Amino acid sequence: MKLHQKPNMPTDLPVLKPFVVAGSKTWSMETFGTITADRRILIACAIFLMAWLSVDVVYAQLQSDSSQSAFATLVKWTPLMLLGPPGQLGGFVLNIVVSFIAMALGTFMGLWLGLGQISLNPIVRRSSWAITQLFRNSPWLVLLFYIMLLMPFRVTIGGVEFDIPGWWKAAFALSLPIMANISEIVRGAIASIPTGQWESAESLAFSRTQTIWQIILPQCVKRMLPPWMNWYCILTMSTPLVSILGVSDGMSLTQDALAAESRSEFLIPMYLWLMSWFFIYSYPIAKLTRRLEHRFAVNE
Amino acid sequence: MSTTTAWSPDQPIVSIKDVYKSFGELEVLKGITIDVMKGEVICIIGPSGSGKSTLIRCINALNDINSGSIKVKGMEVNDVDLDKLELRKKVGMVFQQYNLFPHKTALENIMMAPLKVLNQPLEEVEEKARKLIERVNLVGKESSYPGELSGGQQQRVAIARSLAMNPEVMLFDEVTAALDPETVNEVLLAIKDLAQKGMTCILVTHEMGFAREIADHIYFTDRGVIVEHGPPATFFTDAKDPRTQEFLSQIL
Repeated sequence: MKLHQKPNMPTDLPVLKPFVVAGSKTWSMETFGTITADRRILIACAIFLMAWLSVDVVYAQLQSDSSQSAFATLVKWTPLMLLGPPGQLGGFVLNIVVSFIAMALGTFMGLWLGLGQISLNPIVRRSSWAITQLFRNSPWLVLLFYIMLLMPFRVTIGGVEFDIPGWWKAAFALSLPIMANISEIVRGAIASIPTGQWESAESLAFSRTQTIWQIILPQCVKRMLPPWMNWYCILTMSTPLVSILGVSDGMSLTQDALAAESRSEFLIPMYLWLMSWFFIYSYPIAKLTRRLEHRFAVNE
Repeated sequence: MSTTTAWSPDQPIVSIKDVYKSFGELEVLKGITIDVMKGEVICIIGPSGSGKSTLIRCINALNDINSGSIKVKGMEVNDVDLDKLELRKKVGMVFQQYNLFPHKTALENIMMAPLKVLNQPLEEVEEKARKLIERVNLVGKESSYPGELSGGQQQRVAIARSLAMNPEVMLFDEVTAALDPETVNEVLLAIKDLAQKGMTCILVTHEMGFAREIADHIYFTDRGVIVEHGPPATFFTDAKDPRTQEFLSQIL
């Protein structure tokens, strides 16, 4: 028997052929192809259509009822879900505020922790590594509980008492896993810079600190930006976790609204409505991240 | 371990004495001794892996040495208390892979070290940088990024960048090895210009014709020792050691 048989040669061995329904078009991976930009927009539209449809369905269902329509109910609760109670910071806007603060704090702390990981001092290096590993591998919700219970709700600075709002603590708690992940991104980006850059900087009498801040880190920014944005998206998606700890974010207020209406038909449209805001907010960031990744990969 | 001593112009500006260096088990330098006078141009040649690059990297303390002594203008390199930054202000280095800073333009690459390391005023630094650009024949490329320049152009920017620190000794580590053949010459011309203006140069090179033309003294290294050395006039014609003869016969 010949070992190298030409393809398409008749054979008496059983061969698994692609499944084709008689008379149908042949499907191949090419038919699905890669998800192009047009398709992404299509997917987005599909989700909105779904949300709209479910609202419509409930609307139609309730038309016969004497109570308020689903659509009107959604409209009624939207300001609260979006902005929180009047005069207070809350709702979906609070999710965004928490994501900003957690990201800013996490980036700042993560940068230093990442630099700590490449420190020449073994104590600094090892402890930075340990902190990074600890917070990178802890469940976010557990960290949230920990910080919420560990941090005082009121502090006295110079004889003046300050209340620490729950969402501050929540933002701090969420910044910890971000810090650990940014630390790894910083460490990885620095490691990816060719050693020649260090050597030429050294040979020009740059100190280690100058080399890091003026030559290495500026080159890392491009490499760090896409993963950094990616973590921002993940963080934003995780902010509804704070609702479990009594912070009046979008999720929490949606639950309140549902409780006030006490009608199970509203569950799906209300949560879809909230979800679509997160989607509208994060989708462009995710898309931009992919574009940047692509561009930087080409120009490297 | 000797320490820094005063230097006078009648002494070698770079004095390498009995230098040993190993990477783990691998002995790379086994007792190298070279003296370089101010204004001298020396070329180190030899087969790959003979320790040439390691040797010149030891001169500006990019690699440390295990034993022996390297003195640059009286400064002992093999000294735990060595002020590496002071040493590197005296010694410029150009690498095989150029190693320009990719996020800075050609002019910024040249200006960076004098501005940040020597804290010289901006106007002065910029004026000097523009003169250097002219000197390496790159007028018009000031605002180009390294990625937009050819290998030869990048290497000339790298030379200008080193010169901006006003070094007293220049080290060239196989600076033409990564270049396209047609751009080798422009880089060699820039180095020749430097050498003719009295810069002390130590080159590791495979360009024998060039070495013959500009070197005052040629050292041939093999397996971590200097096998033979001499002025180019006699070195290339009257090589005595069989290893040198073999190397030269292969390369010439």
